[in-house]
Amino acid sequence: MPMSWQGILNKIDDYRWEIPQSYKAGMLVPGLIFASESMLNHIWEEQVFQQVANVAFLPGIVDRSLAMPDIHWGYGFPIGGVAATRVKDGVISPGGVGFDINCGVRLLRTNLSLEEVRPKIEQLVAELFVNIPSGLGSTGKIRVSGKELDEVMIKGSPWIVEKGYGEAEDIVVTEESGCMKGANPDKISSTARKRGIPQLGTLGSGNHFLEVEVVDEIYDRDAATAMGISSSGQVLILIHTGSRGFGHQVCSDYVALLGEAVKRYGINLPDRQLACAPIKSPEGQDYLQAMSCAANYAWTNRQCIAHWVRESFVKVFGKSRRELGLEQIYDVCHNIAKLEEYTVDGKKQPLCVHRKGATRAFPAGHPDIPEIYRNIGQPVLIPGDMGRCSYVALGTEIAMRESFGSTCHGAGRMQSRSAAKRSLRGADVAKALADKGITVKTGSMSSLAEEASQAYKDVNEVVDVTDKVGISHKVARAIPIGVIKG
Amino acid sequence: MFAMNKCYNLAMEKGFEIIDHTADVGIRAYGADISQAFVNAARALFSLITELDDVEEVLYRDVELTAPDQESLLVEWLNELIYLFDAENIIFNRFDITHLDNTQLKARSYGEKVDSSKHKLKTGVKAATYHMLKIDKGNGCKVQVLFDI
Repeated sequence: MPMSWQGILNKIDDYRWEIPQSYKAGMLVPGLIFASESMLNHIWEEQVFQQVANVAFLPGIVDRSLAMPDIHWGYGFPIGGVAATRVKDGVISPGGVGFDINCGVRLLRTNLSLEEVRPKIEQLVAELFVNIPSGLGSTGKIRVSGKELDEVMIKGSPWIVEKGYGEAEDIVVTEESGCMKGANPDKISSTARKRGIPQLGTLGSGNHFLEVEVVDEIYDRDAATAMGISSSGQVLILIHTGSRGFGHQVCSDYVALLGEAVKRYGINLPDRQLACAPIKSPEGQDYLQAMSCAANYAWTNRQCIAHWVRESFVKVFGKSRRELGLEQIYDVCHNIAKLEEYTVDGKKQPLCVHRKGATRAFPAGHPDIPEIYRNIGQPVLIPGDMGRCSYVALGTEIAMRESFGSTCHGAGRMQSRSAAKRSLRGADVAKALADKGITVKTGSMSSLAEEASQAYKDVNEVVDVTDKVGISHKVARAIPIGVIKG
Repeated sequence: MFAMNKCYNLAMEKGFEIIDHTADVGIRAYGADISQAFVNAARALFSLITELDDVEEVLYRDVELTAPDQESLLVEWLNELIYLFDAENIIFNRFDITHLDNTQLKARSYGEKVDSSKHKLKTGVKAATYHMLKIDKGNGCKVQVLFDI
């Protein structure tokens, strides 16, 4: 049987595959997928290629509609999609950011070793589970007022750090220093506010999780050292969550509003979920300001959770945060639109880079990355699925030239949730994880089955492709020993 | 062919069916008229969140919506219910649509607040999307929506 990609993609080299502009009438640029041939064989739905092609319809798109190797079928944009549009005459699309605005990853390190943590892992995971609200319908331990929610939207994580949730150093090692400028709470609906207030400081459900993990491979010792990763066996903590119902509502609101703008501006789109407006239009500016509010909410959310992680470790190990070396390595977002400058057609120009399930990957020397990482490049945090492993990588010059400073964001699904549930039971997944030495606490066994390893591409293969293409550079790998799932 | 018909009949009886998507979940809902298809789409949504049979009618919420076209109205209708679940913790199992045309919807939805001792919550639904959105009014009504999970 021919694979779904045969007859569609032109091979450029072993890891670069082009969707020619002739694939679909209306494409303004070609598409480009970073993947290995064996990964393409796993993309069974042709809709993925359709979606990469559909993104190429967006007015003002430059170069190519890109897909990272963790690409899979989304709605509107594919997940793992990157598209850059000209600021002067291009559009911004809420669908190119996604419902979970600033879904992202934060990585903390400890100076604890596997030998020290293993005997206490059950207690630690139980403590984390109690301390960090997770699961469907969970509400936060902190309750902000309407006025305080405005502060969260405008100031982001520095606001909650000021309240005692974390350290000033955390802000330095957070993308955008935890605050997108230009956020405007006037652009937020009352429905979004009502969803946002109770959910601040919650992990959520779905693919969001918190993982205690152990470094098992170091590929670049100097870079690892710069990040405070000194040896295999060192314990790290990874937090994966976003802007919760607040961000979802902002996206819903603006997809509806911009759906109308599409008609006003006479934009031709093959999928209504790609609704967009010119970046310079009032509608486009409104979305950008609202999106920034949600991004700042997400950074505040991860900051709260990081704080409770530290409290839990301090309690279980009976040592201070400093003694435990509980420092933040970095925090990245992987659902966002950012105004950045790139050289296109030999000319440096401002672009709006949509990263929908893609991570920023700036190289060494870039002014937007913190000074402590200026010599090595921006840390890129790539969570795998629950039972496998996650990676720390670095941004590169090649990413600046080829992928608008972007790389992959995770493993990428290859099996639907219901298919995963049909073939697996949550209890069996929990047992399989326990057999691998992974302690799991979850509010929902069925959600555990949905997120089982088998439903995902192998993150090792995904990260290897980005490393070989050169859009990010592998530094270290860690394997989980404890997981909290919503 | 027989198997397909059987599935189709089962879906018709229940009023909706769940469709597979790699990252998310879609639903197809049926009805003798468009209002009934909208009702079944709402039931399909809450069947993803919890077991419908466990929900009692303790309270209701009234919804009035306007949208530029009927497809948008379907998305807005489902997003309004997702909002009520998320912000007020209410799960619904009965919907009474009192008015529905191409641009306006009025409905009363019955259900209760989530009670963790009684309701098993299953899947979180972030939003209804416009991707794969369809309304088909030939030979009975059929609507299709993809949710972001």
